[in-house]
Amino acid sequence: MSIDTETARRVAKLARIQVPEDKLPALADEFSAILGFIEQLNEVDVDGIEPMTSVTPQRLKRRDDVVTDGDQQKAVLKNAPDAREGFFAVPKVVE
Amino acid sequence: MSELSKLKISEARDALKKGEVTSVELTEACLSEIDKAGTLNAFVHKTPEVALEQAKAADARKDGGDLNGIPLGIKDLFCTKGVATQAASGILEGFKPEYESTVTTQLFGQGAVMLGKLNMDEFAMGSSNETSVYGNAVNPWKRGNDAAELTPGGSSGGSASAVAADLCLGATGTDTGGSIRQPAAFAGITGIKPTYGRVSRWGIVAFASSLDQAGPMTKDVRDSAIMLSAMSGHDPKDSTSADIAVPDFEAALTGDIRGKVIGIPKEYRMDGMPEEISKLWADGTAMLKDAGAEIRDITLPHTKYALPAYYVIAPAEASSNLARYDGVRFGHRAKLDAGDGITEMYEKTRAEGFGHEVQNRVMIGTYVLSAGFYDAYYNRARKVRALIKRDFENVFADGVDAILTPATPSSAFELGAMKDADPVQMYLNDVFTVTVNLAGLPGVAVPAGVDKDGLPLGLQLIGRPWEEGELLNTAYALEKAAQFVAKPSRWW
Repeated sequence: MSIDTETARRVAKLARIQVPEDKLPALADEFSAILGFIEQLNEVDVDGIEPMTSVTPQRLKRRDDVVTDGDQQKAVLKNAPDAREGFFAVPKVVE
Repeated sequence: MSELSKLKISEARDALKKGEVTSVELTEACLSEIDKAGTLNAFVHKTPEVALEQAKAADARKDGGDLNGIPLGIKDLFCTKGVATQAASGILEGFKPEYESTVTTQLFGQGAVMLGKLNMDEFAMGSSNETSVYGNAVNPWKRGNDAAELTPGGSSGGSASAVAADLCLGATGTDTGGSIRQPAAFAGITGIKPTYGRVSRWGIVAFASSLDQAGPMTKDVRDSAIMLSAMSGHDPKDSTSADIAVPDFEAALTGDIRGKVIGIPKEYRMDGMPEEISKLWADGTAMLKDAGAEIRDITLPHTKYALPAYYVIAPAEASSNLARYDGVRFGHRAKLDAGDGITEMYEKTRAEGFGHEVQNRVMIGTYVLSAGFYDAYYNRARKVRALIKRDFENVFADGVDAILTPATPSSAFELGAMKDADPVQMYLNDVFTVTVNLAGLPGVAVPAGVDKDGLPLGLQLIGRPWEEGELLNTAYALEKAAQFVAKPSRWW
């Protein structure tokens, strides 16, 4: 399957990665090479096979629905590129 | 002093217990070696203050365990409290975790010493350590007198280089498609990826959560057994961590493999396999036979589809896991222009922070999960994964105890050699290892010979789930028979 420039642009947008216009054709070519490799999977007869959800057959552990941690505002914000007044700061989201 | 860094973990442990050496002496010897090995670019964040403090505490401890006072290197993927943790990515520049990963908590709790953080491929995506924001890690091995610098493999390239060059006694690695075993083979050391769920993933920067497992990279099989025991165990903070008792893996090393059935899978005999790899594999088979094992030809029919399935599943999970790098909570945020909104902040931050390979894999993952392609790619890959796992279950049900394969399709290649190659060419490095991650099995790489240029070559043994002890014992028998003692000659 060949990926065109328009699809590459759309995927970059979905992934929230800015790709300059002049780099899109090369990106589309790389995607095409990788997807061409993946196409081999179409040769496999997968009729009646359930998609794997967990490699070890185990039921996920449950825990009591109680507070186990908290009061860590300082630690949570410690690595933020922009933290103000106890919050993460971001550009204006709502007009 | 420099001889001390050459010790194996088991040797250092015994010397420490007898009082023949102190942890401070061991640690200082390693720190001095690290300082002289800048050109290998293995250690990317050195932590001498932490190391000496831990070493002093270890020396003061009276009842230390096996790892008490042992200096280790830690892959940059493990969160270490207050110490830079970047997953070798620009997007985590300046990130200093407020918490400690479960694996490092366990290692330090048992007295281990952290020398620093080790180089790797960015977010563990790569097979040559060439995608790192820190630059390439370099293999201490060279082809005879050839000056060309070789890759230590990847993604745990810094770990492999550091252990092979005797900068530390052992190191942590992680393995999503072969990232412990391939670099171990390229550097002539031992590395084991345990059964999925054996080691907690909590606090390890996530790449592909259903495939990622941490494990040790060491100078021999015994050291891997010692370190794996210390790293393993149930952790309530990782919901996929198994609540199964951890045996003493070192105690399993008897070297007796009489009557064990070793499977040789015909599908691993690839077209164009180099003669040296075929010979290594045949030699390894003969060694296990001589040790009393029964050799049996087996078939794992879906092997060919493991790599393409992996290159759907791993990028899909990565695209989801790496969504958190948005410039809001930690790491890098791009400088914004006037009028830029939150979408521009995400897009510019991720374009600046992620390297080329990571961007590509995130986008491939986004594509295979997108509406209209989810069934054709992602669900199909998960079905093929189920078939790959079934192949292994069938041979184990037939009485096979372990499977012997080559670890890699070649010896270490030159840094830069794959620069213009199709990405798929690089992916082929993991052709023998990736099946093991898809099936969640334990796999160990053991150095077993050298090629015509004197570079190390490794064999891989694959075991039954949760039977790392037996697997390591088979590896131990192979190690004893192979007698791999070569060391890289020092040029750094």
